[in-house]
Amino acid sequence: MQHTGKTDISHDILLSAYRRMKTIRTFENRLHEDFKAGIVPGFTHLYAGQESVAVGICSHLTDQDQIASTHRGHGHCIAKGVDVMAMMKEIHGRQGGICKGKGGSMHIADLSKGMLGANGILGAGAPLACGAALADRLEGKGHVAVVFGGDGGVNEGAVLESMNLASVWKLPLMFVVENNGYAQSTPQHRTTSVSSYEDRARGFGMPAVTVDGLDFFAVYRAAGELIARMRAGGGPVLLECRTVRFYGHFEGDTQRYRPAGDVKNAWEERDCLRRFAQTSGLSPAELEAVDRDVEQLVNASVQEALKAPHPALNELHDGVYVSY
Amino acid sequence: MTRHVSLKSAINEALDQEMARDPKLLIFGQDTAGGVDAGGETDTWGGVLGVTRGLYTRYGDRVIDAPPTEMAYVGAAVGAALSGFPVVAEVPFIDFMGVCFDQLLNQAAKMRYMFGGTAEIPLVVRTMVGAGINGAAQHSQMLTAMFTHIPGLKVVCPSTPHDAKGLMIEAIRDRGPVIFCEPKYLYETTGPVAEAPYAIPFGQAHLAREGHDVSIVTYGPMVPRALEAATQLAETGIEADVIDLRTLSPLDIATVLKSVQKTGRLVAADEAHPRCNMATDIVAQVTRQCFTSLKAAPQMVSAPHTPVPFSPVLEKAYIPGAEQIMAAVTRIMA
Repeated sequence: MQHTGKTDISHDILLSAYRRMKTIRTFENRLHEDFKAGIVPGFTHLYAGQESVAVGICSHLTDQDQIASTHRGHGHCIAKGVDVMAMMKEIHGRQGGICKGKGGSMHIADLSKGMLGANGILGAGAPLACGAALADRLEGKGHVAVVFGGDGGVNEGAVLESMNLASVWKLPLMFVVENNGYAQSTPQHRTTSVSSYEDRARGFGMPAVTVDGLDFFAVYRAAGELIARMRAGGGPVLLECRTVRFYGHFEGDTQRYRPAGDVKNAWEERDCLRRFAQTSGLSPAELEAVDRDVEQLVNASVQEALKAPHPALNELHDGVYVSY
Repeated sequence: MTRHVSLKSAINEALDQEMARDPKLLIFGQDTAGGVDAGGETDTWGGVLGVTRGLYTRYGDRVIDAPPTEMAYVGAAVGAALSGFPVVAEVPFIDFMGVCFDQLLNQAAKMRYMFGGTAEIPLVVRTMVGAGINGAAQHSQMLTAMFTHIPGLKVVCPSTPHDAKGLMIEAIRDRGPVIFCEPKYLYETTGPVAEAPYAIPFGQAHLAREGHDVSIVTYGPMVPRALEAATQLAETGIEADVIDLRTLSPLDIATVLKSVQKTGRLVAADEAHPRCNMATDIVAQVTRQCFTSLKAAPQMVSAPHTPVPFSPVLEKAYIPGAEQIMAAVTRIMA
């Protein structure tokens, strides 16, 4: 399916989409620097390069639509409207973090925004999203669920079982394959038995579409059609977005397994944000205003996070059970 | 009104009454109804051993037959519960938990904590435990301790029809995930059960028999064996407290300690393998917390460290029974 160039998308949506994509990029670039500087605890997986996927899809979703994310979840969170200040505090493990500092980068969730959590277990979000989609179907209000997965992770049994379950239960659930070409360091052709995930979807009786994931407009248009189909009771769908990972699997990954020039080429020639800026029709002044806002927001989020107190030690025991 | 019903019927009644009370409550499982759309009669099974029979007929599409893919439908139960629909999901045998373990270990158990205390997951996973029906190595295990180990899960294992009904209702009304272990060997045993709905709070052990010489602490299918042992011991002049833990997480250790402070002797029994089971846990806690009350070294009764054998003769030798409990009591009284 080819969808390129400017569309009839409203100015407000375009501006909001750019703001979210730019926020993700700036947030991730900053984390990359701060991780190198040694001020971010734990380990983290950056979403930079794939912004047009999360934002192209989540632009169609409301807070009542739910998403299940992956270990590479910051982009999905920001695209779904999770508070950036609280996210940064969470990644630094501080008070005021969206999960009180108890989850960290791999477990950011905001149920009030329909964000069911990043996930440290590959493929584990798919069964959860089936349940969310079942709840949507039973409520009958046209809400839908979306589960994201990478080209490696969607080979997990949990995802394949979930594709079958979603089909037999006719769930309003979209499986998004973010195909960035690598499962950690292993190239896609060595992890996946088919070259197109559309073949997988066909095997489970669900329609599928493949798009250039670097083209916001292609993602936005395809996702819009598929989500509308789900809202009307059409059952599950799959959307494969061919995209690119700017940074390593995790921070500290040297990426020497990638062909010479591949990473440089990604930044210079395959940048979804630059492509959006060139084709969106938004004026340079509008884009620059967003850039300045976002830079300030991310800077402030880091300053606030580093100033925020660590969790009180009695927090250790809280939140295991509703009651015990 | 109180009638005598089987443990299996008591669970069915609890599910039925809660389905009637809460119109959002769902039931998932394999063959939960059985044979829906197969062309013949529907609702012929009610799960593999018939616990949910009749519920599809009464509650229709809220009783959902899932494909035999435990990972997907248990995970979907977690997701639906998180999204406001409480679910009772059946994993037929606890032995099958390996297939869906991630969804319980890493998802259901941890979400509330990882998400800063915001998530509620009103989920019950019903599953059958224990040996005694020639189910062999993959349909007979007593893996309760594995789940007890995990923060965020509650673990229940009733021994009587009365407790099974009250604990199931409590489990359904709980706002977090509960692993409800049903001793299939006791499914057909009968006992008095009140017809009106009632809930038994978690973390309250039941003193099933009162004595003063020794405390026998156990749960689930070992309770009737402990009571049988206690009856026989009484004939030799030894009077035992028999404590039925009822819930393994939370654990009512206070009732155990109080009993041991009275008797000075502890026999802890679990049908599970002998390492890191409920008996070892009870002995450790008692030894640490009331060492000076002990008149003799605590004794443990467990199955051997082997898979459950198929041969009926070997299986009988595998399952710890009243005889092993009596032998342990004899050792500790010596």
